[in-house]
Amino acid sequence: MMAPIQPVQPIATASTQALPIHGLDDWADQIGQRLDAGERLVTLFGRADAGDAVLTTAVLQSPSGGLVLLRGCGPRTASFKALTPRHPAAQMFERELWEQTGLTPAGHPWLKPVRYEGDRQQQMATHPFFSVRGQEVHEVGVGPIHASVIEPGHFRFMCHGEQVHHLELQLGYQHRGVEALLLQRPTLALSSTIESVAGDTSIAYAWGYCAAVEALAGSEVSSAAERVRGIALELERIAMHLVALNGLATDIAFLQGGATYGRLRTAIINATMRVCGSRFGRGWLRPGGVRYTITEERRADLLSTLAAFAKDMAEVNALMRGARSVRSRFQGIGVVSQQAATELGLVGLAARASGVTVDSRNSLPGRLYAAHPMPVLTEDSGDCWARMTLRMREVDASVQWLRQVLEAPGLVAEAADGPALAPIGALAPDLLCVSVREGFRGPVVQALETGPDGRLLHYKLQDPSLLNWFGLALAVRDNEISDFPICNKSFDLSYCGNDL
Amino acid sequence: MLKSIRVRRSQGSQFIPDPRQANPVGFRGRPVIADRACETGCQACETACPTRAITLQPAPAEPVSIDLGRCVTCGDCAPACPSAKLSFSNDFKLASTTREGLVLSATRPAPDPVQVSAALRQRFGRSLKLRSVSAGGCNACELEVNALSNVNFDIGRYGIDIVASPRHADGLVLTGPITRNMALALQSCWDAMPAPKLVIAVGACAISGSPFEGSSAIERSFLERFQPTLYLPGCPPHPLSFVCGVLDLLGIAS
Repeated sequence: MMAPIQPVQPIATASTQALPIHGLDDWADQIGQRLDAGERLVTLFGRADAGDAVLTTAVLQSPSGGLVLLRGCGPRTASFKALTPRHPAAQMFERELWEQTGLTPAGHPWLKPVRYEGDRQQQMATHPFFSVRGQEVHEVGVGPIHASVIEPGHFRFMCHGEQVHHLELQLGYQHRGVEALLLQRPTLALSSTIESVAGDTSIAYAWGYCAAVEALAGSEVSSAAERVRGIALELERIAMHLVALNGLATDIAFLQGGATYGRLRTAIINATMRVCGSRFGRGWLRPGGVRYTITEERRADLLSTLAAFAKDMAEVNALMRGARSVRSRFQGIGVVSQQAATELGLVGLAARASGVTVDSRNSLPGRLYAAHPMPVLTEDSGDCWARMTLRMREVDASVQWLRQVLEAPGLVAEAADGPALAPIGALAPDLLCVSVREGFRGPVVQALETGPDGRLLHYKLQDPSLLNWFGLALAVRDNEISDFPICNKSFDLSYCGNDL
Repeated sequence: MLKSIRVRRSQGSQFIPDPRQANPVGFRGRPVIADRACETGCQACETACPTRAITLQPAPAEPVSIDLGRCVTCGDCAPACPSAKLSFSNDFKLASTTREGLVLSATRPAPDPVQVSAALRQRFGRSLKLRSVSAGGCNACELEVNALSNVNFDIGRYGIDIVASPRHADGLVLTGPITRNMALALQSCWDAMPAPKLVIAVGACAISGSPFEGSSAIERSFLERFQPTLYLPGCPPHPLSFVCGVLDLLGIAS
């Protein structure tokens, strides 16, 4: 009899003592070969060790398999042959590696700080922006503070008349030094900090963090707890896609759409609050399980909320998609081709809207999404319309998934609070753990490494926005500057997730 | 047209008629400290609190106090207490006009009611325009500030609006712990606002910086120079806390 095939896990651990360590050029070579062979770069980062060396880590994913970890090492002053000229998907990672460790990816076309951290804080004004010259050429600077209630970031448009030739993004205003802070606090008590890394993605971050420390401690949570975590994540996805839909409708003055998506989001986040006390799912997930279970009463509440929601959502989607004014504003605007999305390594919804079939819930399903599969939804046109439509479809898919999981047996708990969280023992020494959770924007990647005493040496965070901001810059090229707000809203990226 | 009418019919009436009387079911709001003795030497709640919002005093003083300005209402303290002394109510009236007013204990179970300011009422009682600045906010406070203008909370009906330019603003809604990289832009925005003007500190980050305390990327001197008129605790604050705090400050009937 064949053994049942284990689902590919959205997490990988490796002993740092057993991992081969390559010289930097060899390391970069191996990554390049794997990328040539069609693997995707999940993350790439470095950490300075206690001496004067930098340890680098790359995580790759093959089209069919799980996660592969590659380690390199070199002195802090070293340089290595940059991957970016041949593999643009590495461009953000190599910039961040350079900013955080000082290693130089030689031949990188544009080593600009990702977030102006460390000694570069408050140095943003010194940055030489790209400039274009010529008659009727002008530049428009927007931000860091914007007109609406939104996080800060600076956008510099280089325009010819109304047409945008290039957009340069200047981020880092939100830099709070989170990665360093995570090492100052007790590793098992990081939940509330993790929930605030990108506060609109609290659940995806919290789940990835919990799964990582559980893996490092060698403990496993119950399948019921895992299902509750999945329910929390899909509720977050619905709520946050509604924020973007609300914003898209409002930005084109389609006010009925805006008002309706706004109150539909209220219904979802208030249902989340009735389970866990917070409209953002704060305090719901903790290492060892979940603080709030799904009781029979809560299950009935969620199911009836979703039923009422699905009906009204379908109505407003039909209104929005059927309106000629909406089609005229979104179709053909802010296009990112499938080729560009693939080469740039865009992730999550932004990639799928350009026809790239990537969704870690499908490729790294773990036992939950293996038991309850989530289809990978894509659109072909790569424009604002595609990103809007895909959000609507992903909301529908999450509603269906939630109904299925809420109705499956074995979920309902007797007690509302508890069962008590499974105890988490000491973290194993010399382990590197990479966990991936597909948040509403895309994969949230977290890498934790313990030292010989089991204490954390490094906590690396990666929001999907890190990679997707460049997609926005590309999308607005050759569009009118007045279309920037809808392009920006259609991506709906995180500033603090980029700035950390 | 028919689609539009159908959506309008389903939308119905969504506004909360009187925010002061609202009942947000399940909301983890005001911490409740039971008036009973702690176990000798127990520090479980203080240890469980990730933002050092809980202070323990030796007897005979008030044993447990919780600073709402530092509290992220994560709820981690309640199950940690062996004496079941801590719980949370869904009370959202958490605003205070003073920083000290946010510290709760068994004998001081809620912040003092926000006092109407006659001067502010005269100036802004019928029209208060606010400019939001996120200085390191994680987008949770920002989304809740945005929600103030949705069809549920609808602060526009009280003459309170979020405006696009600091030139049009009477008040600064500050979210986030204030990062070094935003300190200059925040100051420029404040300088661009015409006097008289006020600061509203929204969320634990803005009030105390506690969620990111100890980071070298935070620079909070702005708040030493400009003291907030209103503190709205939470992580993020519920929109009802915001609405009621401002209505009380300006003496607006709901």
